[in-house]
Amino acid sequence: MLALIWQLVFRRRMSYWATKPTEGILKLKLFYLIAIAALLAVGSYFLADMGSKPQAELDVSRMRTTANDTFVVSVEPENREIKLGELHSWLLTVKTPDGAPVEDASFVIGGGMPDHNHGLPTSPQVTDNLGDGRYRIEGVKFSMTGWWELSVDITSASGSDSVTFNMVL
Amino acid sequence: MSCNRLSSIACLLMMLGALTGCGQEFSDDQKAVIASLSLAALPALPPDPSNRFADDPAAAALGATLFFDQRMSRDGDVSCATCHLVDRQFQDDLPRARAVGVNNRRTMPLAGTGRSPWLFWDGRRDSVWAQALTPLEDPVEHAGTRAGYAHAVAEHFGDRYQRIFGALPDLSAVPARAGPRGTAEEAAAWQAMNLGQRQEIDRVFANLGKALGAFVRSIEPTETRFDRFAAVLAANERPEGDAALTPDEIAGLKLFIGKANCATCHNGPRLTDDGFHNTGIPVVPGLPDDLGRQTGVQQAAADPFNCLGAFSDADPQECGELRFRVKDGPQLLRAYKTPSLRGAATRPPYMHAGQLGTLEEVVDHYARAPAAPSGESELHPLTLSERERQQLIAFLRTL
Repeated sequence: MLALIWQLVFRRRMSYWATKPTEGILKLKLFYLIAIAALLAVGSYFLADMGSKPQAELDVSRMRTTANDTFVVSVEPENREIKLGELHSWLLTVKTPDGAPVEDASFVIGGGMPDHNHGLPTSPQVTDNLGDGRYRIEGVKFSMTGWWELSVDITSASGSDSVTFNMVL
Repeated sequence: MSCNRLSSIACLLMMLGALTGCGQEFSDDQKAVIASLSLAALPALPPDPSNRFADDPAAAALGATLFFDQRMSRDGDVSCATCHLVDRQFQDDLPRARAVGVNNRRTMPLAGTGRSPWLFWDGRRDSVWAQALTPLEDPVEHAGTRAGYAHAVAEHFGDRYQRIFGALPDLSAVPARAGPRGTAEEAAAWQAMNLGQRQEIDRVFANLGKALGAFVRSIEPTETRFDRFAAVLAANERPEGDAALTPDEIAGLKLFIGKANCATCHNGPRLTDDGFHNTGIPVVPGLPDDLGRQTGVQQAAADPFNCLGAFSDADPQECGELRFRVKDGPQLLRAYKTPSLRGAATRPPYMHAGQLGTLEEVVDHYARAPAAPSGESELHPLTLSERERQQLIAFLRTL
């Protein structure tokens, strides 16, 4: 596309130069202006495109080790699709680093949007111990697109530790 | 200038247009956001499990009658429609509502409120039917009492009520005026009634709310120029007639979903996240302290007509918004509900007590992002040129 623009400008420039020098210079300026505008436009288009994904470098993995390596925790939404603004639940699996399920854990769920200086719009809670180290978190809601954190504080006979998951909607 | 030259310039401009504006004006990401704001993205009206009459046409019809009936007030001079004017998007254009007295808050429009998990600016009720009961007993709104309303229903709407809700209780021993939120005499009369009587009156009162709720939830947002534009954009067609937005309106739309960050909270087809935010709105001098959501969430939890209450038809499992509400924390202080922006341009003044008179003042407030009177504003200052402000406002007028 850029090449095409330059080719057009160049071709027109030559033809004007050959016929009417003074008018040609004016037109030349006009075409340069257009060409510069085109370059700026193309540049800003690509810049804008790059700027729309600022969270690309975030670690959004759904399985993480807690801060002090006490537990390995994974999360998944109970239903595959997460709809903005709708209450939904997540399934949480807690294991020790050697893979044994942690079945006696209690939890405090938190989180929010670091970029917007606010917490979660709801107070999710673990409402079910499903056995085998699996638990259900109810009452999760994401009310806007962007970078969300979901933090899980875990207490069990193995100790207390916490982990934060990143979600990008 | 020759035709040839003209067409060359036109061709160049078209190519530019293809890259930056005119033809392909929006990236795929932007198109997805625009589609998400359009009325076409509005899901079917969700059920209200707390009101088993929510979708009963007879209940909605009775609710419509009650909505416009001034006998539903202490002195027979106030109805819901006194402040929720049917030809004004069901609001009153005033900074603060005026009925029996002057309210501390602005009347909210009603379109789409049946979809809100929390009602009022501070979300102090959790359903549209529980909301409808509150002004009926507010001393500065309808100023009536629930015993008084039970008598009024028996007298004027007895047959219609009983066809929907079943038999009315015997009201012969019920005082003409008695209710927990009334005057000292009315509250004393309420306390003097026995528990069974009070429960019977509460049931009639709740049913009035359910009829009003059935009507109010039928008031839905309507298609605007923006929706017609979005539909054409989604179909990859060229907008025509009033579906074609002007260059300023398009620039405003891009600001709305981009640099100005409006669509962060004003998202989805109703242009609200249904959440509560402190945006540093100034205090109205002379009014009592207003803590916003901090007080509202406690009132919703204490409301006997909430989703978990005795008069709700919902299973507790269906009361997720109430069960998993944020109960406390600094973010609730002076946080108010994100209002829908549909139709907002034609209903000044703005904010929970009409503090800002014009859209220009609103945009200026968001650009300046002043410190909150108390709590912490979520806003960040924003540099917007005069031209950009006008473009943003031009876009708001399409909603």
